[in-house]
Amino acid sequence: MTNQTSETSKTSQTNWEPKIIAFLCNWCSYAGADLAGVSRFQYPPNIRIVRVPCSGRVSANILLSALKSGADGVLVSGCHPGDCHYISGNYFARRRFALLNNLLDFVGIEPGRVHFSWVSASEGEQFAEVVKKVTDKVKTLGPATRLVKSIDTVQAA
Amino acid sequence: MNQFLFEMANIRDQDSWVHQHEPEKATAKAKDLVRMAVARVRGEGALPYNMVPVTKSALVIGGGVTGMTAALAFADQDYPVTLIEQSDMLGGNGRNIYRNWKGERFLPFINDLAARVTSHPQISVKFNSAIKDVAGSVGKFSTTFSDGQSFEHGVAVVAVGGEPYQPEGKWQFLHGVNPNVHTLLELDKKFIDQDESLKSIDQAVFMHCVGSRIPERPYCSRVCCTHAVDAAIKLKELNPEMDIFMLYRDVRTYGQRERLYQEARGKGIIFVRYDLDHLPQVSEESGRLMIRCHDPIIDADIAIQPDMLVLATAIQPRAQSAGSLSKFFKCAIDGQGFLLEAHMKLRPVDFATAGVFLAGLCHYPKSMEESIAQAKAAAARASVILAQDAVPAESVTAVVNRAKCTGCGVCTEVCAFNAVSLDDNGLSVINTAMCKGCGACVAGCRSDAVTLKNIGNEQIMAAVDAAFCD
Ligand SMILES: Cc1cc2nc3c(=O)[nH]c(=O)nc-3n(C[C@H](O)[C@H](O)[C@H](O)COP(=O)(O)OP(=O)(O)OC[C@H]3O[C@@H](n4cnc5c(N)ncnc54)[C@H](O)[C@@H]3O)c2cc1C
Ligand code: FES
Repeated sequence: MTNQTSETSKTSQTNWEPKIIAFLCNWCSYAGADLAGVSRFQYPPNIRIVRVPCSGRVSANILLSALKSGADGVLVSGCHPGDCHYISGNYFARRRFALLNNLLDFVGIEPGRVHFSWVSASEGEQFAEVVKKVTDKVKTLGPATRLVKSIDTVQAA
Repeated sequence: MNQFLFEMANIRDQDSWVHQHEPEKATAKAKDLVRMAVARVRGEGALPYNMVPVTKSALVIGGGVTGMTAALAFADQDYPVTLIEQSDMLGGNGRNIYRNWKGERFLPFINDLAARVTSHPQISVKFNSAIKDVAGSVGKFSTTFSDGQSFEHGVAVVAVGGEPYQPEGKWQFLHGVNPNVHTLLELDKKFIDQDESLKSIDQAVFMHCVGSRIPERPYCSRVCCTHAVDAAIKLKELNPEMDIFMLYRDVRTYGQRERLYQEARGKGIIFVRYDLDHLPQVSEESGRLMIRCHDPIIDADIAIQPDMLVLATAIQPRAQSAGSLSKFFKCAIDGQGFLLEAHMKLRPVDFATAGVFLAGLCHYPKSMEESIAQAKAAAARASVILAQDAVPAESVTAVVNRAKCTGCGVCTEVCAFNAVSLDDNGLSVINTAMCKGCGACVAGCRSDAVTLKNIGNEQIMAAVDAAFCD
């Protein structure tokens, strides 16, 4: 019930737009996002990019806290396998992400809120595509409420 | 100001340019980005510049004209250079080209360059060599070659070049089947060898853009139009009576090369346009070449039975070389396999990885003179590092809060640079000189005992929180 109330209150605002936090590694995906800009590839304005040195820097802690802060979706993107500037960071990220997915599922976070991708510095267009895909997916899920503590949820409880 | 107190709200590349049709939403996003940057920078502190001494020598990979030019640029400043070349000869593609658009022959120039390189006291050339491993970073790389020897150097220039595309599929046009179908380089060989048979040719056809500007290779190979037009003019010099047809899609004899195009037209060379939907058809009819195409100017189908067909084929990257070097030196490659500079306009010969530079055909197809200019630019950029006694190394490194460390050792295992170890008390210690600041140990630590200077959880979370202020 708690979720229900806050969901309706959040969606009832006309034209709800999700906010998605994207953790991008400095060497590939962040540069890919810059290239998307230079090449003027358009994508939905819902993401807020946070630059990190490597996708392997993104701990479960950080990712969960983004959801807790109110992110409707989270994207972690790094270099392609074998291309990580720090050799193996993206492999750790991939494994961490696989495990974390199980946990997220267990605590009731809908699949499709948290995404992982590889985007290289030359893939401006792919970056725009990934953002479109992630935004579309998160839009179909509606606002994320499960981890967010808001006045609504507290009152309803 | 200490550079580690800087944070950028990337409003141009990651906001205004990518949401050009949604100004209101873009503005709301820009406000968020500014809030996020402020929140993040608030938690940052000035960091010391860790300096590493510079090993004053350079490694140049690839002994084409680009690599030789770069090697000489270093050596003439008295820096020792190791030049490695995978084949047994210096010169690369340049050896197979007859002359440039100004009429200057390549071979004498290349032989002279190679002689200067091999006799220079500061240059050591390693033939038949490949790179096996690269360790270290700017100021102090250590590279191991296929023969097991290693070389310490402060900078590296990558000049592994490119290669001609071999016509195949619908772009084959009987190349390798009919003996009168050649690529431009095969024709150049005849020029170099002063092949007398060229004089007896009555009719020749050149086909432009063979394998370029198609979905698999969307780029223009840049040198082939000029190369083909110049070769046609050369044929006219050998036999002014020869009929020559240029089948082209667009002619790119850029800059002053335009004069060559005018000269060609003045000499009666005929340009016929084709497009991808109407590729010229090449067949053999009773032992002779037969080319059928449509001339859009006279709007008529034409048939030519030339004595020779020359294909101006695309230039492509040496995929294997570029791929393996990008792994060794952590440099980016583009979708086609060409090496990718750090910034097209601001850092055109640098890689994003400090201390590594690029020049020549491995970057994109370009003429010899452009390759030479770029080789000099790369050597000049690299010399900025070699001229210093020490350069700043990674300042953003990991730090351990020993009060929180439980000595589990996960950090030592996830570190790809052997920068973390457990000390005599079983607690984690970071070797700052080896730490590259990736944060793998930070993310791996279950006790939150390791953090990355200025990129701690607090800063990242503060930035995230700031996105939800409104
Ligand atoms: C088909 C074709 C036609 C051209 N026509 C013209 C023209 O008409 N006019 C003009 O001005 N320019 C022309 N060019 C371009 C010109 O040849 C180049 O700009 C110039 O030769 C510089 O090339 P480079 O040294 O960068 O590369 P390359 O000539 O390719 O040399 C690269 C060298 O690196 C070596 N190498 C590769 N990988 C490794 C590795 N992993 N380890 C060690 N060594 C390695 C190779 O063996 C080679 O010797 C043409 C090029 C091609 C391919
Ligand atoms: S640096 Fe991009 S994933 Fe590690």
